[in-house]
Order: sequence, then structure tokens, then C-alpha cells
Amino acid sequence: MLTFTIRRLFMAIPTLLFISLIIFLILDLAPSDPTASLPLTIPPEVRAEIRASLGLDEPIHIRFALWLQQFFVNEPLNLIEQWTGLTIGDGDRTRVISWQTRSPVVDIIAQRMPQTLWVVGTAYVVGILIALPIGIYSAYRQYSIFDQAGTFITMVGFSVPPFFSGVLVIVIFAVQLGWFPSVYDTTHVVVDWDSFVVQLKQMILPVMVLALQITSQISRFMRASMLDNLNQDYVRTARAKGLTESVVVMVHVLRNSMIPVVTVIALGVPQVFGGAIITEQVFKVNGLGHLLIGAIQGGDIPTVQTLTFIFAVLIVLFNLIADVLYGILDPRIRYD
Amino acid sequence: MTDLTTLEAETYQKPRNQWWDVWDQFKTHKGALIGAAFFIFVLIFVFLGPIFWTLDAQYIDIRARSQGPSWAHPMGTDQLGRDTLSRIMVGGQTSLLVGLTAMLLALVVGTLVGVLAGYFKRLDGILMRLTDLFLALPLLPLLLVIIMLFRDTLRAQFGPEKGIFILIVFVIGITSWMQTARIVRGDVLALKEREFVLAARSIGTPPYRMITRHVLPNVLSPIMVSATLGIANAIITESALSFLGLGFPSDFPTWGRLLFDGTDWLQRNPERVIWPGLAISLTVLSVNYIGDGLRDALDPRIRGR
Amino acid sequence: MKLRHLMLGAAAAFALAPVAAMAERGSDGQLNIIYWQAPSTLNPYLSGGTKEVESASLVLESMARFDSDGNLVPFMAEDIPTVENGGVAEDLTSITWTLREGLLWSDGTPVTANDAVFTWEYCTHPEGGCAQASYFDGVESVEALDDRTVRVNFAAPKPFPYTAFVGSESPIIQAAQFADCLGAAAPECTEANFGPIGTGPFVVEEFRPNDVITFVANEHYRNPDQPAFARVVFKGGGDAASAARSVLETGEFDYAWNLQIDPTLLAEMEANGIGTVVTAFGTSVERLHLNQFNPDPALGDARSTAEGGPHPFLTNPVIGQAMSMAIDRALLVEIGYGAGGQPTCNVLPAPALYASTANDGCLTQDIAGANALLDEAGIVDSDGDGVREYEGTPLRVLYQTSTNAVRQDTQALIKQWWAEIGIDAELRNIDASVFFGGDPASPDTFQKFYADVEMYTNNFAGVDPEAYMANWRCNEIPGPDTQWQGSNIQRFCSEEYDALVTEMSQTAPLEERGRLAREMNDMLMQSYSIIPLIHRGGVSAHANSLGGVRMSDWDSELWNIAEWYRIDE
Repeated sequence: MLTFTIRRLFMAIPTLLFISLIIFLILDLAPSDPTASLPLTIPPEVRAEIRASLGLDEPIHIRFALWLQQFFVNEPLNLIEQWTGLTIGDGDRTRVISWQTRSPVVDIIAQRMPQTLWVVGTAYVVGILIALPIGIYSAYRQYSIFDQAGTFITMVGFSVPPFFSGVLVIVIFAVQLGWFPSVYDTTHVVVDWDSFVVQLKQMILPVMVLALQITSQISRFMRASMLDNLNQDYVRTARAKGLTESVVVMVHVLRNSMIPVVTVIALGVPQVFGGAIITEQVFKVNGLGHLLIGAIQGGDIPTVQTLTFIFAVLIVLFNLIADVLYGILDPRIRYD
Repeated sequence: MTDLTTLEAETYQKPRNQWWDVWDQFKTHKGALIGAAFFIFVLIFVFLGPIFWTLDAQYIDIRARSQGPSWAHPMGTDQLGRDTLSRIMVGGQTSLLVGLTAMLLALVVGTLVGVLAGYFKRLDGILMRLTDLFLALPLLPLLLVIIMLFRDTLRAQFGPEKGIFILIVFVIGITSWMQTARIVRGDVLALKEREFVLAARSIGTPPYRMITRHVLPNVLSPIMVSATLGIANAIITESALSFLGLGFPSDFPTWGRLLFDGTDWLQRNPERVIWPGLAISLTVLSVNYIGDGLRDALDPRIRGR
Repeated sequence: MKLRHLMLGAAAAFALAPVAAMAERGSDGQLNIIYWQAPSTLNPYLSGGTKEVESASLVLESMARFDSDGNLVPFMAEDIPTVENGGVAEDLTSITWTLREGLLWSDGTPVTANDAVFTWEYCTHPEGGCAQASYFDGVESVEALDDRTVRVNFAAPKPFPYTAFVGSESPIIQAAQFADCLGAAAPECTEANFGPIGTGPFVVEEFRPNDVITFVANEHYRNPDQPAFARVVFKGGGDAASAARSVLETGEFDYAWNLQIDPTLLAEMEANGIGTVVTAFGTSVERLHLNQFNPDPALGDARSTAEGGPHPFLTNPVIGQAMSMAIDRALLVEIGYGAGGQPTCNVLPAPALYASTANDGCLTQDIAGANALLDEAGIVDSDGDGVREYEGTPLRVLYQTSTNAVRQDTQALIKQWWAEIGIDAELRNIDASVFFGGDPASPDTFQKFYADVEMYTNNFAGVDPEAYMANWRCNEIPGPDTQWQGSNIQRFCSEEYDALVTEMSQTAPLEERGRLAREMNDMLMQSYSIIPLIHRGGVSAHANSLGGVRMSDWDSELWNIAEWYRIDE
């Protein structure tokens, strides 16, 4: 398993380089333009000059090479300098600069990370924690009232898109009842109990909306996979051996049912870092999802490229983790 | 859903008496029966409904705008005075077609990739890296590129509406198969090591028959879940695409779009979100129950009971 | 509606005098502003977007700004230079500004004429890509006559010299702060771009790009009693409807910008009594451009260019006139714009001096008249499919615009009206980042105009329309040889019109300029290559507890934020 992991990690390098090239080509081919959001009163000659100052008139391979150098050489060196306080070389390196803000992309990402992790991350954890018991119990008591109600709620929950459910909870809880704020304050700092309560209050609505979607999805897979396994021969054998029902279900069946669930969960983690575009927009959380969609709409290629590349790394990484977990959950699975 | 069953029919290559068994089992599943009945009702409602309810979905009656339910407009009207009932019917045709075809496309691609990658070790690396690539692609710029490159060709070939339909189904299908592929692969990896597969292999079953007879039937339940979630996903994604100007023309109703447009009117005209929201949810729910029933019906272990 | 705003404005103005005199700096606590598009930088020279310019206007100031009526108000300058007071040279080749005495930057250092000279150098640096370079068009040099006097020299007589250093788009930046940020180095000065030192009422405390800005009152602001607010939180993100909700329904914010949502909904939110909707009109006109060249896809790369030939039917003004007559502009306003729009028949609707009244006939819808007009011209439906033919070509148009709920409603309405006069429209909406983007490889930009009709809004900055009217010269037609740059979107071309443009650039008397502008406007209107629909204004909302708001569409909406205050309840 270790050699497999190491081999896959090495394999990941050319894969990621290839993915970054494809992303770059797509972004370059896409017809959005960084000057599109400027007022029409700015004349075309000025727009051409702005584009030139962004380096857009360079040929594509030069721009890709420049991004590679900035991202893989300059940014890590800069990070090391910040951590250690040392100056490497002349200290004068161009970092990956966003076209919209004209500031280093990595700094903005670092600034956006906390709110995304707070909101989307919490929602993900909450969603999984609710989904697993629901899925397990629904399968165990298939077609019971609990199962039927769970099915109904999760399916409706999944079919209602966040652009609607977000506004619905705002209208109910922020406008009518006035319990929670409708706007997320990203500058809020938790220092004591009271400020923690404020933070909780402003997180509840977006977490609710997101967790509903996540719960729906994962509990369906959990339930289906459990159902598949509950009828297997080994379950009968385990029961026949006199194992208690909880051991049979929670140890034997659950472990064998986890493979599709682990896949779904692992696929979802990079999306946590990707933020939740619509939910972030509705509650003005302004996390990474908001950054990405804003950069796409603004034709900000360096930001989109950097963000999607980071997602790509996470996707490759978590898919690898999922593969390793398969081996642990089911030792018969071998990759060598 | 019927397409799925025919797909299964091909794979089983069995005389139809087995399918009577399946149908018998399916009939005993109450949820599945209700789901199927409701689904057929929805189909009749959206495809035959416009014959009886003849108001044009695109006709603007500006004096009747933003009205609540009445005899003239049982589901009310939108901000331009268009009749919601006829828009739900016409919108349902598009949404159901897009939802079902895009889901099927994603399912077929996802299952194919997943089974191949899980079963053949040589293909695993390359197919899973391809999956990683598709997962990493930034969706929106990709859509802009696809639409820029193909919209005019398709429009010239198939006309504006059919051309866009093909484009949307293709776009949604091609960007949502990855989860199914990963799940199916994971299950196949585990299945491959089971005794019955070993037994089948030891008697020299060729890979094609191995996959269709032994592997596929055993990964059916995650595929069914993917299918149900996939329909909801496709209907919602379509509305997002249209909203971004990448989908159907703006005066072309679909359920997702009706829901989106109605959201701002949530407080004033709640019926504008209730109807499309119900239509989407109940359709997805009915498909879910049909899937449940079908899965049970296709599982010989349950069928025997 | 309008009357109520006037009354409120008057009441606020009365209230302002005593309160402002008594108020103390920073005594009114925190002001919460929401812009649903968040500013990406606070340097308006690096990004020309409205959100960046308006947020920066809290910090950076210019010599003068335009008030809500489009009049110049001195800000950093002592007064407004004119030919009469000798500030503008007799031959119109220079303008001399005098800075207020004792004017300080927010770091406590004095503002000098050198800062203005530096600002000019900063924006006109050839490698800088300055977004506001057009404000320095025709400026030959800027010189500091002494510490407080700046002279702007023009290469040619400039009848309207209030461009450089006037309005929020061309503020004066501090030379000391930006000294190392010239040209290609401009984007590297993140700290300066995110926290410029200015003379305005507020100082940047923290800037989070595309998210939120916090400002605190400027201790060195020239008026010791202002600003009344100690802090400003400037939040971005979300959409127009949720921004309106946060001011008019939940009261979380005091001021929300650009609330282009359904007027019925906005009116209902306003009825809650928590906040008030305010509007201001500048020069923005939502219009239809009728392609004068042939956009037939069969022509390939030659479509919508001179090479592709004239449009098969839209070059006929009778058809354009009928299309214009079929539109009920008042209804479009009612459905999509509410108080934020007025029907208009002119592409140049303001200021009053330049607004023509010759075309006002279009204000009333006349479908019967349009039908009669087409029948008379022999443009009839000869094959009975409900669509008229002109010389054998059926009147089918592809009608495109950017993606925006109001625009799509407008499209649907106009499509139906045109159907009633036998013109069939296919609708298309394109993502704004593509539509307004200038990517020469994209077929969907508004400059390429691969459609028969397109709709969007344009306007001009400031109050002088000379450059704006010059957009419709023949040599401004976009085409492949100019990478599709050019402002003559509908491809209108008339030598007579070009002559008027030249005449205006050489005419100084205001009355005469007004006549020329009106004449050009009428010439465009009567060609029916452009159909103006709505004179659009800015729509914002403020909490009822916020006083002193005098919204201007000629300048930043927040131009007088120093005078805003909290009304005690």
C-alpha cells in the first residue's frame, strides 16, 4: 500500500501539470474579457492599453510558462521568506497577480479561506454527521415511517436549489422573525463567548441550507449501500454466530457499506475548499466560491487558474486518500 | 426510466418470463407503484395538458400581471402576465427531457468509465486521471468555450431550440458523470475480489459476460441513487445555464427557470415558487421511488422472499 | 413618487443646516453601506469600474465634483476656474486650479501642486494601462506654478476643460505614496492601491478586495465638524434584491446601491417604512441598435462588416420607425424601471441644454400607425405566415442583449409588440462578461454585433457630450481591421454627421454647442438606426435614519458623504 501511495504521488505531478495546461487553454479560449466590467465610457484604446498592461498581448506559451514560474517558484520562495524572515536572492520576484485587484492572488485566497472553512466546512461536517445515522437507520428499518419521512425530506431537500432555499430561510428567519442576520460579516472576530454567539448566529442560515444538500446526497448513498449489504450471506452468518445486532450492523455491515460513501465524501472535500458559489452569494459570505465566480465573470485568468489548480491538487489528493481507504475498508482490494 | 430497463434487458439477454417476475415484484412495492403512477401523470400533464389548456405560455397579457390564482389563471400569472399553468406545462416538457436525457448520458458515461476502470487494471490509471481532469475543470469557462465553439453550428444544423437542447444535454451530461464513475469503480474494485467473481472467472467467463452478468447487477443501487440525484441536478443546472445566458432563450420556460424567476416574488406571490418547486421535488421523489422499486425487483435475493 | 423625493430632499436640506453645524466629527457612530458588487481595489486609476470609483471617493478627492444637478462644486480647489475669473485661458488652451489653503493629506502632510503633476504623470505613463487615461486626453502638460497653483495645458483649444482632476474618476493621489508605482510597477504597490492616502472625509482602516472595506473618519479633514460618522463599513456581495432587502426590510444596512429590481417589489419593500428609495438621472440611455450591415451567418467573417454589404431591410428607416412606434416605452418603465427610468426619444437626453424635443412623438405607442406605415411602404405579408416581407426578405430579426432580468422582460415585451406589426424576433441573451468584453475571438461581443438588433445602456461621463456624439462618425465603425474596436455600434455613416462633429470640436459658445448636439441627436434619431427606449437613472435606497443623501448620477453617488448624518429618532 505504501509503495502504491508513493507511486501515485509521483504520478500526480505530470497529471497535475497536464491538468493545469488544459485549464489554461480553456481559460485562454473562453471569450470573457477582463475589461468587460468597466463602464462603456472608457474608450476602446484605453481598454487595449489595459489589456497590454496585464500582459494579454504576449503569446500563450509565454504566459503559461510565466504562470508556472510564478506559482511553482516565486510563490513558495515568497512563503519561505515570510516564514523565516530571510531574503532569498534579490527578493524581487513577480507573484501571481490578480487582474481584478492587481494584488497577489495567494494573499486573497488566504484572506478568503477562513470564512469558507467556517461556513462550508461546518456545513459539511454537520451534513455528514446527520447523514450517516439517517442512512444507516433508514436502511435498517427499510420502509418504516422514519425511512419514508427521511426519503421525503432528503429528496425534497436535494431538489430545492440553494438559490431558493437560501432566500426562503432569509425571508423566514431574518425578515419575519428577525432572529439571524441575512448578511455574513467576514470581519467579525471571535474573542469571547458573546462574539462566538454572534458568529454562530450568522453561520446558522448558510450552514442550514448547505447541510440540507449534503445530508440528502450522502444519506441516500449510505442507505442504498447498507441495503445492498444487509441481505448478504455474511450478515446471516454473523447473526447465526450469535453476534449482537449492533455489532452486526455497526461493524460488519457498515464497514462493507462504506466504499461508495467514502467516495462521495472524498469527492466533496475539494468542493468544501471550492466554496459554495450560490449559498455564499445569497448570504454574502464572500469566500472562495465568491472569489472564483467573481474572477470568472471578470475574466481574471490568473485568479481562476490559481484557484482551479489548487482544487485540482485537492481532487487528486482526496481521490488518492479514497483509494487508500478502500484498501483499509476492504483488505481484499489490492492495487499492486 | 423505461430506457434503463431496456438497457438492462439487453444485458440480461433472457426470455421475457424473468421480466414478468421483475414486474410482479415491482407491483408489490407500494411506493414504486405510486411513484410510477405519479410520474406517468406528470408526463400526461406536461405533454398532453397543453392540448386542453390552450393559453400560449409566451403570450404576454400585461393587464393581468402578477395575479394570484383565479379561474382564468389557476396558478396565477408572472410579472408580465404570462399564465403560470401553461408555463409549468411547457416548461415541464423541456425540464423532463433535459433531466432524463442528461441523467442517462451521465449515467452511461459514468458507469462505463467506472466499470472499465474498476475491472481492468490497465485502464484504471488513465481513466481515473481523466476523471480527475474533468473534476478539476472550471465549469463556467468550459461552458463558455463549448457554447462559443458549437452554438452556431448546432443552431444551423438543428434549428435554434433543438440545437440548444442538444448542447445543454451534452454539457450537463459531460460535466456530471464523474461522481458515478468514482462510485461505481470503488464498488467494482471490491466486487472483483469476491468469491463469486473468482468462481465465474475460474470457469473461463469472458470479461464482457463477467461485467454484464456479475458486476453490473451488483453495483445497481448506487447507480440508481446517482440517477435520482442526477435528474434533480440536471433540472437545476439547466436553470443556472439559462440564467447565465448559456441555455435556452430567456422567454423559454423551464421548471428551474420558473423557480429562479419566482424566488424574488416569494413574499408577494408565493404560488410562483410553490408550483415549480413542487413539480421538481415530486418528480424527483417519484423517480426515486421507481428506482427503489426497480432495484428491489431486480435483486433476485429480495425477489425470492 | 418624484414629488415625494423632492419634498424629502428639501426637508433633508433644511434639516442639514442646523444639525451639521451642531454635529461633532464622529459623533454618529457607524454607517453601513452595501454595494452588491464589491470593489476590487481602491485605486480608480487601476480599475475604472463604478464600484471602485465610488468606494474610493470616500478617500480620494479631486479639484471639483458634480453635484446632484450636474453643477461643479469645488472640493480640493478654492473655486471653479472660468474664462470670466481668469482661471481658464481666453484661447481655451489651459485651465489653472488653485488648491485650498492649508489642505492636508490624511497622514498630516500638506497637499501641494506637485501631487497633481504627479497624478498626471502616473495616469499617462505609457506602461501603466491607466483606466482613466481619457480624462487626460488632449492634456499636453500639467505644471505646478507654485505650491498651491496647478496649470493644465491643452494641445488644442478645449471648449470643455473640466476633465482632468474633476469628478471622482480622476482624483489627485499623493505623490509621496505612489512615487515608486509608476508604469509597470503600478500593480505591485498593493498597499498603496488598497489604502490610498487622500484628502477625503474617511481613511481606509482595512481593505479586503471584493469583500468589505472599513473606513474611519479622517482626523485631518478640512471641515472640523465632518464627517458625522466615525466608521463606515462598505460591504460587497450578493445581488440587488438581497441588498434592497437588507436596507428596506431587515434594516441591517443604511445605504444600498444600484437596486435594479422589479419596481413592484421595490415599492413593496419601501412600504415597510424602514427606508427610502432615491433616484438620480444622468445621461444613461437604454437603446436598441439596428444593424446597418448584414449579419447573415452565411457571410462568415464578412458579416456585420462593410464587406458583407448593407442590411437587407434595417437600412430602410420606415421599418426602423415602425419598430420604434410599436414600443410602449411608458410600460417598459412601469414593468422594469419604476422611478429609475423615464421614457425617452433621444439618445442624448440630458443635460437640458442638449436635450432635443423634436422626436417626442415616439412617447406614445402606435401599433396601428406602425402597421399602416409598413402597409403604405408596400412592406406586407405576402405569404400569409404572419411575418412581413421586404423585397422578398421576411422581417425576421435576431435580438440580443446581455443577461439581466429586466432586459429579458423588456425583450419579451418588445418581441410581442413587434409580432403585432409582422416582425418576428428571436431572442438571445449573452453573459455580460462576454457581451461587453472585447475578445476579438468571441462572436458574441456587442461590438461584433452578429445579430440584427441589440440592446444595452450607454452614457457619457461628466456633462459634456462632445466625445459621446463623436461615437457615430463613419470611422468609428467596428471592423476586423481595427480588432472590432470602435463605438459606432449600429454602423451608421453620414458625411453630414461627421461634418457636425468636426464643427462642434471647434465651437466654444455653449448655446452653439447645444444646437449642434441637438442637431446630431435628431439626425441619428431620424435615421432610425438607433431606437432609444429609457432614460435610466441610478436607483439606491437609504435608511430613514440616514440624512444628508443627495444622490448624483453625474459623479459618485457618495460624493457628499462628508455631509451625511444620523437622524435622531
